[in-house]
Formats: sequence, structure tokens, C-alpha cells
Amino acid sequence: MAQVFVCSELEMKDGDVRIVRQDRVEVGVYRHEGSYYAYRNQCLHQGGPACEGIIRNKVVDLFGADRSFLGQTYDEKEPHIVCPWHGWEYKLKTGECAPDPKLRLKRHDVVQREGGIYVVI
Amino acid sequence: MNVMTPIVRDPNADKFDTRRLLAHAAEQAEDRRYEDFMIIDVDSHHYETGSYREIFQYIEDPVMRDQFVHTKGQTMMLRSTGGFQEMAGRITRYEYRNAEEAPPGARHKDITLTLKWMDSMGIDVACVFPTPMLGLGLNPIVEVEVQYARAYNRWLTEHILAHEPRIVSMLYLPMNDPVAALKMVEDFSGRQGVVGFLITTVRYKPLYNNVYMKLYAALEERGLPLAFHAATNWGDQSMNITNRFIASHALGFTWFNIVHMTNWVVNGIPERFPGLKSIWIESGLAWIPFLMQRLDNEYMMRSSEAPSLKRKPSDYMRGMYYTSQPMEMIGNRTMLEETFNMINAETQLVYASDYPHWDMDLPSTIYDLPFLSLQAKKNILGENARKLFKLDTILSPEKQARLKARAA
Repeated sequence: MAQVFVCSELEMKDGDVRIVRQDRVEVGVYRHEGSYYAYRNQCLHQGGPACEGIIRNKVVDLFGADRSFLGQTYDEKEPHIVCPWHGWEYKLKTGECAPDPKLRLKRHDVVQREGGIYVVI
Repeated sequence: MNVMTPIVRDPNADKFDTRRLLAHAAEQAEDRRYEDFMIIDVDSHHYETGSYREIFQYIEDPVMRDQFVHTKGQTMMLRSTGGFQEMAGRITRYEYRNAEEAPPGARHKDITLTLKWMDSMGIDVACVFPTPMLGLGLNPIVEVEVQYARAYNRWLTEHILAHEPRIVSMLYLPMNDPVAALKMVEDFSGRQGVVGFLITTVRYKPLYNNVYMKLYAALEERGLPLAFHAATNWGDQSMNITNRFIASHALGFTWFNIVHMTNWVVNGIPERFPGLKSIWIESGLAWIPFLMQRLDNEYMMRSSEAPSLKRKPSDYMRGMYYTSQPMEMIGNRTMLEETFNMINAETQLVYASDYPHWDMDLPSTIYDLPFLSLQAKKNILGENARKLFKLDTILSPEKQARLKARAA
């Protein structure tokens, strides 16, 4: 295991992602609300580049008190990583597959030191 | 602790490039040594919308040609087979593919872009089909189907197939005009890259009608397969009560092949045309065991209603060909294995990617199945289709180079 330099802390703002490749291992490093998250860039479905798609908040159905359907909205507290190949969605904060939490992207540790961001690969 | 220099990039800053999008597919192809055998993709697509200007010039009726030019193709779009394939931006290639550049040169852009994704996946030969034309059979103006299909088939054979042996096609049949459909076979069979003909199954004229018998005989005589490509029709009365694309797609893409397959079998078409090979495309696989069991059960009680059959419905279905995509891979591998057994997958299943559509399958969906022998994998990924289409064994230049590098 080694700490691989990603970029300086100043380079990434909230919502940004960087893909780090070390030999044949690719990791997506995210900054979200000041925190950093890193996952293997490998969708559990067909091996797509899961971290190279868009980030889209979880979609939720809205129901009234009588359980009638009112519409849909986004849950801004739950951003999802979306694999661009087929649309598989993963929770950005945990790497869990949104429709099946038994599945999870491999997580990598992120280290901040001396103004730099490093990911452990 | 080691501090290493990695490759770091911002994917949002990358210019869209198919090779980049499919880089992991290329790694799969290398890891699995796809250069050791031929892979044929029996159902893939291109977006003929990018070549509309060229295609419209082939529309023979000048009045209709002007209509297409001025409506920018909307003349054809009087139907409801579309949907939200791009998933509101989640499937990024839908938004960015138009911006992808092909180096200027003698090759048509469609050829260049098609070979890019084929090479990424390790596919040697791809059978391509257009995209909006999947719903053309619903157009209420019969002449629109006939004229546009003929124009597209001329454009495809002259601009694409004639120039790239790795791209082949089963040509669209305008089934709302049986005479025109027969003429299509007579005029286009034998052209380079034409490996069969195809019926889009979102349509409401029964395919057992006597008006089609000359067409089926013409295909049988020529030894050309007839494919049935599913789609959905959100305007269909039964689909009309679904309110999410996932529902219309999941049901529609199986339903229209189920209906036509049922009619095909109970009317004894396989018995009447024993030499006519059929391929059922893009309904996945789970529907086949269902329909086999359902039809066999009813046939044993009501054989008098299908008197031309000499065997059970499933026996005829087992002799047909099926494309693999979108293969139902989630949840129950035992069912999948039994499905492979029921359809004689080793000889009757042919791989399809459906690329670039949202539910595409890579060759690894077949290659990685633990219950298949290596020979079965090779058959499904290429050999079954090669025999069906009577193609020579060829490997892409990239795969040939890998073989050469390995030998060196």
C-alpha cells in the first residue's frame, strides 16, 4: 500500500472528482461538502468506470398523508455516483449500491497532509 | 512509506472519446485474450440521425423527400417507441456522442466511430441496425415506411457496408407493404455485408398472414435468416397504462416478440418453411422458458387449434436463434443456467451488445459465466453467428497485432 499524490487541496472544490491510476488500479477521489471519499473506479455490474459519470442526488417519490402519489424530488443529502455505462448508482458517502446495499464499491482511504491530497492504493 | 507518481485526471475535463469511455472494456478484452477467437455482435446500433442529409437524398418520392428534409426526420416519428434511454443525463454517451470527432478522410464517420467501440470491446464483426427505425412500422403512412426503408438500405449498403467488411447488417423489411418487402429481398440480397433481413416487431399486422408467404419463401430459397427485433410502444393500449419507462421497456421489449413468436409457432410457419432460420433479438432470455412452458402446456390440450405442428411448440423454439442481450444476470444464476439449457444455448444463442444503447452488454457477460465450457463461450460469442451468417473467420487488426506480439 502506498500513499499516492492526487493534487493539492486547493485544486479540488466540492463536487470535483479526480481519477487516479496506479499501474492497473484506478480510483475515483471525490470532494463533497469539504470531505474526501475514494472508491475503486470499477462498477460491480459490468466493470464500467463507475467514478467517471455524473453525480446525481437520490430520486424520491413524494406521497401525501393518504399515500397518494404527489410527484418526485431529489434528496440533496444523498448524492449518488452514477456509472456512465448503464446507470448503476452508488451512495457517494459510503460506496453502497443504492438499490442493493449488499454490494459496495471498494473504498480507499484518503489522507490530507501538508496541503496535499493522497489516496492509499 | 512510498510516495509515487500516479496518472491523475479530471474526467469532467476529458473530451468525449469512445476509447476512453470503453477503456475498461478494452482491458477486459486483453485480460480474457479475446484475440484467441472471433467475436460477432449480432445486434448493435448506430444513430442514422447523424447521416439524415445523406439518407434523405435517397428517398425516391420527391414530395416525401422534401417532407423529410423540412421536418428533419420527424415525418418518420409519428409513433411512441421512444423513451428516456439517456436517463436524464446519467448515460453520458447519449449527450456527448454527437461531439465525438472522426479524423477527416475517405472513411464515413459512422464506420470510424463504429470500429472504435468494436475494437474497444474486442468485437471483430458487428451486425448494425439503425435506432429510430425500430418504430417505423407504426407509421400510419405505408409509403413512409417503404420509402424511408429503401432509402436507408441503399445508403447503408452503398456508404457503409460496401466499404467495411467488419460491418454487416440484416436489412429492414417494410412489412406494411408485403410486395415492397419482397422486392427489398430481391433487390438487396447478395450485396456486400447483407447477412439477412429483419422485421421490427412493434407492429400490428399479423406476420402469419398469407400475404407474406412469398417473402418467407424468398428468404428460405436464399438461405438468409429472418430476424425479429423487439422494441416497446408506449402508445400500445396495454403499455399505455405504465407510467415509467422502466415498465414500458421491461415489458414492451419482451411482449412484442412474445406475440409474434406465438403467432409464428401456432400457425406452423416453422413447419411450412423448415429451411427459414429465425433470430429473436433484444428481449433478453427469461421470456423463452416462460413461453415454451406456457405454449407446450396449452398445446397438449388444444393441439386441434395448431394442427400443422408435428412437435411441441418448445421443440420449434429450441431450433431458433436468440440474441443474448439484455441478459437477466441479477439474482438467480441457477435460473440463468437452466435457461441456457432449455434453449440449447451452445448452438442457438448468439452474443449481442446492443451498443451504444443504455442496456448494452459486453462480451464478458458471456465469457465470465462459470457454467459454460470454453467452447460454448466461443460458440455463443462468435461461432454460432459465423455459421448462421456464413462468414469467414476474421480477427480485427488490433487482435491480430496482439497475437503477433504474444508470438514474438
